[in-house]
Amino acid sequence: MLGEGILKGLAETARNFAGSYVSRERLTTVQYPEERVAPIEAARVFPFLVYDGADWEAGLRCVACQICEKECPPKCIYIEKSKDKKPDYVGKLQIYPARFDIDVSVCMSCQICVEVCPFEAIKMDTEFELATDNRFGGLLHDRKQLAKSNEYFHTIHPTEASEVDARLAEEKAKVEAKAKAAAEAAAAKAAAGAAPAATPGDKPAGGGE
Amino acid sequence: MMEAEGDLLEVSMGPHHPSTHGVFRMDVALDGEKVVRLKPVFGYLHRNHEKLGEDHSYLASMPYTDRLDYICSLTNNWAYALAVEKLAGQAVPERAEYLRVITAELTRVQNHALSVGFLLQDMGASGTPLMYGFREREKILDLFEALTGSRMMCNYMRFGGCRVDATPEWLDAARKVVRDLPGFVDEYEALICTNEILMARTQGVGILRPELAVSAGVTGPMLRASGVNYDIRKVDRYGIYDRFNFKVPLGDHCDVYDRFMIRLLELRESIKILEQALKDIPGGPVMDPKAKIRNFRPKAGEAYGRIEAPKGELGFYLISDGGPNPYRYRVRPPSFVNLTILEDMCLGHNVADVVLILGSVDIVLGEVDR
Repeated sequence: MLGEGILKGLAETARNFAGSYVSRERLTTVQYPEERVAPIEAARVFPFLVYDGADWEAGLRCVACQICEKECPPKCIYIEKSKDKKPDYVGKLQIYPARFDIDVSVCMSCQICVEVCPFEAIKMDTEFELATDNRFGGLLHDRKQLAKSNEYFHTIHPTEASEVDARLAEEKAKVEAKAKAAAEAAAAKAAAGAAPAATPGDKPAGGGE
Repeated sequence: MMEAEGDLLEVSMGPHHPSTHGVFRMDVALDGEKVVRLKPVFGYLHRNHEKLGEDHSYLASMPYTDRLDYICSLTNNWAYALAVEKLAGQAVPERAEYLRVITAELTRVQNHALSVGFLLQDMGASGTPLMYGFREREKILDLFEALTGSRMMCNYMRFGGCRVDATPEWLDAARKVVRDLPGFVDEYEALICTNEILMARTQGVGILRPELAVSAGVTGPMLRASGVNYDIRKVDRYGIYDRFNFKVPLGDHCDVYDRFMIRLLELRESIKILEQALKDIPGGPVMDPKAKIRNFRPKAGEAYGRIEAPKGELGFYLISDGGPNPYRYRVRPPSFVNLTILEDMCLGHNVADVVLILGSVDIVLGEVDR
């Protein structure tokens, strides 16, 4: 019969229309921004810099090695190295970024910077409402805007953050154990060498700190 | 823009015609309603993809491949990763191969759901069938976001595996989505496949003879709708496709209706592959431990990696001179090659059918113009 296929299709539409009043899962849209879908943990939008402790400037993990700047496909990261040094999480003196800017309008959220960073210093944020009415300054985020605490990292990516913390703790323990072993060896050497060796014996202990 | 030329009327369809799904122009010469000449004009979305590939390191080109065919970023990733792995002689762990098959087939499902929807949209069925496709695609995009972090620009595969592992919860969620998919295809078929208007508009329209399709290098559902049995998953058996049991659907009328139906039949075959892959997926690492992320320099040589992308054969041809960047980076995009025979399919048809025939090619301009 001509028109049978059309009627069959209309019946399907009617079934879906009526069904949307009965079952909630047939409603596939939400009324953003009043309603929001549940955040997905793996989501990535824009990078941020992780810092430890309370002071963002002192706690930045970034050592301005510029690997991310070099590897960034659209080249939207701008880094300037500092002249002086500050201690990092294991206490080793490192340079830090005097300037660290990322251009929101250029970044394509690929997270290559996160993958290539050897210091776990840059991670992806899930914040997506980055629109601004300031077209020039507002889209270039400086290091203060980019710095976010490790606690924040834990709230948005709990699994990844715990893995990172475990890895960093392991590394720190390794460095400390090495320093301790060096100090013990130096102390043993100093003890064996008796009183005259006391002055040169200070040297390896100082270097191991 | 129109100009009269003798008895013919020359119409420029595009570059902002709603049927072109992007910026694409067709210079059509019409005799009344009949098409007597059609010239496709590409290049409005050209963004230097291949030259950028020579300028960037191998890894840095990966996110750019997402933006070729932006509907199917994961298959683009796979084709590129395959080419680089061939070049570098890089092995891929078993679990990563399974994850690649799962994500690629999910990509095929969402691409075909969308492409049949857009074809019907072009036909004038504004909205309804397209929204059915979108509803289904949404579930798959949520899976992609949970796995890769991004819905469309996934940037998931790496040379020697995949970036992150799928959690057991993710696999369960994927199984649930795949379990519901046959219901979606049944619903879609009931909705539209026997619709008299669809049949009247599409049957016998836009005939593509198999000889022409083969000699023009057409691949993918377009070629199979013309009855040529050529699927790179079967021919090349790249990855682990030799382990799965699936059929290659073929058409025999070579028209727009066959191209429409082929996509629905391929959906069913993809669901079969997904079911098998999700059942058999082994444990283990997803990255080869010897794979390098930084300072990746494959030895000098050349390689061509190709896969059966949802739209046809997607290939990447790379030449390495031993440096951190490819010396030559070339993409063989399916949409671009499939589009070249547009004139042969359109001649003699009404101008309204041109829109339909173009819709049945299933193009994405990001890939055509690169």
